[in-house]
Amino acid sequence: MYVFNREQRHVINYTWMIISLLVVAFLPFLLFLGLYLKSILLLQGNSLYDLIFSKVWRPSAGKFGFYPFIVGSVWVTLVAMLITAPVCLLTAIYVTQYTRKFVLRIMHPAIDILAGIPSVVYGLWGILVIVPFISRHLGPWLGIPTMGYSILAASFVLSIMIIPFVLNILIEVFRAIPMELKEATLSLGATEWQTIKHVLLKKALPGIIAAFGFGLARAFGETMAVLMVVGNVVRLPHSVFDPGYTLPALIANNYGEMLSIPKYDSALMFAALLLLAVSLFFNLVMHFFIVRYNKY
Amino acid sequence: MTRAQKIEEKFFKMLMLIATTFILAVLALIIYSIFEKGLRSISWEMLTQVPHGGYYYGKGGGILNAILGSLTLAFGATALAFVIGLPVALYLNVFLIRHKKVIDVIRFLLDLVWGIPSIVYGAFGFSLMIFFGLQTSLLAGILTVTLFILPIMIRSMDEILRTVPIGLQEAAYSLGSNKSEIAFKIFTRQSVSGIITAVLLSFGRAIGDAAAVLFTAGYTDHLPNGLMEPVATLPLSIFFQLSSPVPEVQNRAYASALVLTLIILIVSLFSRGIGKRYHKTKINF
Repeated sequence: MYVFNREQRHVINYTWMIISLLVVAFLPFLLFLGLYLKSILLLQGNSLYDLIFSKVWRPSAGKFGFYPFIVGSVWVTLVAMLITAPVCLLTAIYVTQYTRKFVLRIMHPAIDILAGIPSVVYGLWGILVIVPFISRHLGPWLGIPTMGYSILAASFVLSIMIIPFVLNILIEVFRAIPMELKEATLSLGATEWQTIKHVLLKKALPGIIAAFGFGLARAFGETMAVLMVVGNVVRLPHSVFDPGYTLPALIANNYGEMLSIPKYDSALMFAALLLLAVSLFFNLVMHFFIVRYNKY
Repeated sequence: MTRAQKIEEKFFKMLMLIATTFILAVLALIIYSIFEKGLRSISWEMLTQVPHGGYYYGKGGGILNAILGSLTLAFGATALAFVIGLPVALYLNVFLIRHKKVIDVIRFLLDLVWGIPSIVYGAFGFSLMIFFGLQTSLLAGILTVTLFILPIMIRSMDEILRTVPIGLQEAAYSLGSNKSEIAFKIFTRQSVSGIITAVLLSFGRAIGDAAAVLFTAGYTDHLPNGLMEPVATLPLSIFFQLSSPVPEVQNRAYASALVLTLIILIVSLFSRGIGKRYHKTKINF
């Protein structure tokens, strides 16, 4: 066998690195291009405005209105953030400012496990615990008839799923605030909560916004768990107890039949393109918050 | 401190305690309900047999096809992502170390890609498959999942490699090493534990994701045989069994979820333990 000498090995390794780097660097553009090319067919026949704001979804009649799905996704995501945001913020402040080190040592593996649990398992847990709870206890208690499979169920499952992402960033944000800042405020006679309220929260604000933004983007694209508990009914929801339908669920539910109806595959790829655009947009904006935050 | 301030302090401290307890309690509840439901219906037969005829109506068989399929797919994707990912992470930290702007742009791109939902990768993989005229297969699944875990793998390795002190690099240069030797012989050795952690993390992601394989890997009741054949995966097997109206089949879904959760817990335990093991090869500064 021919053995390469040092220079040749260097060249081989170098080429390997460059090729891999190119693959990775072009990935987002490739994704965008690939999905765009597939959805051109749909975009040619319908205007973008119609696609996004039309309420009629009848693929067999060639009517593709994404409005119910977009509204469903927005509802599910926002309600999930309403639960996650305060819980994560309070927990992050508590474990970084009030408690001793060992609490962080408990929280870190807990966060890791929460982040590691697959979304199907979250969905299954939602069906086992959350859906019956809503249909048997919460709904009757509030006097609202509900199946359980609802926006609320999806939001709750989702809010648990994004806790690890948001909490991780928030803990980092609060740990990065210099100790001196806190000491200075405390030495002026402020209480611990006053320090947090007036100094730490202000200082951490860009980081907090970024954490919530990343969480939002994550929640918007989550598929399986939401699909399993949201109810999958193409209708505009009137309350959180109504079933809904989200964009990712639409793609995942219909991949089987999408080749049998004209333009259907193009419509689903357009849904994926929308998701990609939303995800890229949010991550881009939040990135600039983080960059600004690091400059302080 | 006035009385009002004291009450405010107490109130918010209480709220924080509640929030922290809430997170830990929910985690405990999830683990408890998966184990409680799963342990009741798991059996030796489920782990060692493929589905027999009528399995989805409550007849005999198991989910060996999904267990092996998931493992094969996750191994393949992790290996491929490692082969592409490690050089990129090394390139960033050895070759581009003097070009902070370029590194920042690449890290930014990777973070963007990391945030893309897996269903988008699934859809992209599917459109590629149609473009190349491929059927749902193990290969298509592996390729899609590779793209999906690549940013996770690279960014986690990158976070470890960037902690390698510059002095180590300078020492190696002064002894006459070239850049790729520094990258593959010194940086990798110094960061072995972190690299293994990154690989295990990616493996966990690869095995747990359903949305990316839904379109691309397909589903089959047979054991995986060959790259061009469809392959069953655990998340999808859970999903399909759960949508069955037959209670026995639903119980099997709980058992399958337990298997998947156990695999992921074991992987994450390993990755925690490994950080402590490989300190011997590490040079401390």
